[in-house]
Amino acid sequence: MSKIERQGLTRRALLARSAAAGALVVTGAGFLAAPDAAWAMEVSVISEHQMATLIQMARDIYPHDRIADQFYAIAVKGYDADDKKALVEEGVAALDAAAQAAGHADYISMGWEEDRVSILQAMEDSGFFQTVRGGLVTGLYNQKDVWPIFGYEGESFSKGGYIERGFDDINWL
Amino acid sequence: MVAKFDLTDDSVVVVIGTGAGGGVVSNELAQKGVKVVALEAGGRYLPEDYINDEWESFGQLAWTDPRTTSGDWRVAKDFSGLPAWIVKAVGGTTIHWAGASLRFQDHEWKAKTTYGEIEGANLLDWPIDAEEMAPWYDKAEAKLGVTRTGDRAGLPGNNNFKVLEKGAKALGYEEVHTGRMAINSADYDDRMACQQTGFCFQGCKWGAKWSAAYTDIPRGEATGNLEVRDHAHVARILHDDSGKVTGVEYFDRDGNLQMQKARIVCVAGNSFESPRLLLNSASEMFPNGLANSSDQVGRNYMRHMTGSVYAVFDKPVRMWRGTTMAGIVRDEARHDPSRGFVGGYELETLSLGIPFMAAFLNPGAWGRSFTSALDSYENMAGLWIVGEDMPQATNRVTLSDVKDQWGLPVANVNFSDHPNDVAMRNHAYAQGEAIYNAVGATRTFPTPPYPSTHNLGTNRMSEKPEDGVCNKWGQTHDIANLFISDGSQFTTGAAENPTLTIVALAIRQADFIAREMAAGNI
Repeated sequence: MSKIERQGLTRRALLARSAAAGALVVTGAGFLAAPDAAWAMEVSVISEHQMATLIQMARDIYPHDRIADQFYAIAVKGYDADDKKALVEEGVAALDAAAQAAGHADYISMGWEEDRVSILQAMEDSGFFQTVRGGLVTGLYNQKDVWPIFGYEGESFSKGGYIERGFDDINWL
Repeated sequence: MVAKFDLTDDSVVVVIGTGAGGGVVSNELAQKGVKVVALEAGGRYLPEDYINDEWESFGQLAWTDPRTTSGDWRVAKDFSGLPAWIVKAVGGTTIHWAGASLRFQDHEWKAKTTYGEIEGANLLDWPIDAEEMAPWYDKAEAKLGVTRTGDRAGLPGNNNFKVLEKGAKALGYEEVHTGRMAINSADYDDRMACQQTGFCFQGCKWGAKWSAAYTDIPRGEATGNLEVRDHAHVARILHDDSGKVTGVEYFDRDGNLQMQKARIVCVAGNSFESPRLLLNSASEMFPNGLANSSDQVGRNYMRHMTGSVYAVFDKPVRMWRGTTMAGIVRDEARHDPSRGFVGGYELETLSLGIPFMAAFLNPGAWGRSFTSALDSYENMAGLWIVGEDMPQATNRVTLSDVKDQWGLPVANVNFSDHPNDVAMRNHAYAQGEAIYNAVGATRTFPTPPYPSTHNLGTNRMSEKPEDGVCNKWGQTHDIANLFISDGSQFTTGAAENPTLTIVALAIRQADFIAREMAAGNI
């Protein structure tokens, strides 16, 4: 059985995947999954499309090519909530409308980051954009699992600080 | 044995706040046998409680009660409810401070005389000078264990310092070293030596950095003369018909309003809370607030001219390792108007972790210009600029329409840069960038000021009662038994990090209060 079959992907989801190569796979039935099945998440209040759009938007706001989708997904998973539903519906609809006006099917099927970014720039002052961007500052960068990707070592007291672990080890000056 | 004083005991000195000003004045009075009740709005946290995690620590220690902002400073836009990054806890911001302990330069006590009339600036000379302060600085340096003073050695330099040092020396700067720090370079005064852990801003888990939380406070309590009540939020200072203060009302940890009688009240809540409290204490007799006949309460708010420069190199620096403020360049601290501004500034290394770097490098920014900077975090070095800003009458703390959890109007902080501040910042950005370019920086970031950590003025010291709120002892001009004991008494800000001067003034003030009490004058 192939990896894709194990994921139980639908034809619709495979098409969606091909439309946004490398992005998330919308599996239907309330699930999103990474193309390599490294992770999956369930949505219950907002739609899979809305969550996939939020994840793409999060990456477009703070693009780090070495940070996998799952961390962006964790950063925006809080929007799958009753009190966020209206904000997300309205915001994603605005993104998709702008994409359609530019001749695309929707926001996530726009192939180039710079095209998506131009849509975000046009809505930069909206409450939706500012809420998502503001939330990402802690939602993305305060995940301990992303710190090593930046080289940041985090807590050091339990290791005795850096007095014997390279506080002055710079060797290229 | 920890003292416990009765609410009706009107022989005590009540100190409001327990940081560099209040914590020290409380202990110094207690050591002299004076009975003190210290009221602290925050809780009590010790080194074992501190957290090596920026946001978690912020949640533990920071003052996050509401405040409002106005003026054209960028903080009012990006962090409108958080004008300052200071601590609400026993020990106050001495838990968070970096430890830089620099004396004022002699001329900085006489800013008006030295700089002359500066349009738009409300400059004034301090009613004290370098000679008068020298012995109190000696005591403060010994208390804090300041490196490179007395016979105390300097700290070793970390990676971030080495980058700064190399660049600064390439530019010809001469006064470049690992600073005068209240961080032990060797065991001192029952505190251990620095372990180069980083996270100085989150509270030193080794106790290597001086903080009132684990020095002056417990030592004062050990005398049996000091009672510290935490989670005690002071609402109002009370007075009698003669205009003398008689006690304070505060909300205790259960939210009940209590009244503690007092012989003397010392206000040390920082430059926002201290004027707020005086204004919130307005009465029929003092309709504009206590000690405010000059209309200077809340005015002349200063926050130091600040900013940061971060730079990226082609190889790793790992600036977060070791002491956060690991070294200094002092050559630009001089007064030299040929640079296009009066006063001067210090350049001091600084590092933020990834969580705070994301929040503060360029607040509100997004996209690849921003994220590519963070992608190079490991190769980044950083410095903080701290310089003298101009006091302005319109930079002020007033009462906001917003109320806090006790129903008390909160502080609104209005601030706009003076042209001198802007000129100095631009000069400092250029010098900071030049330092890093001299070591091969591939990209530099002139980073805007963070929410304020040096909050000064707002109850300033003055020779004449019409020019300020308190006299050379911090005693208010209007009310003899009401004192200002924190950084709000600063007449001008100087270029140096203020804690050492706050501590020196507090030691001196405690000496004055004890003498005046003994003489029966207050």
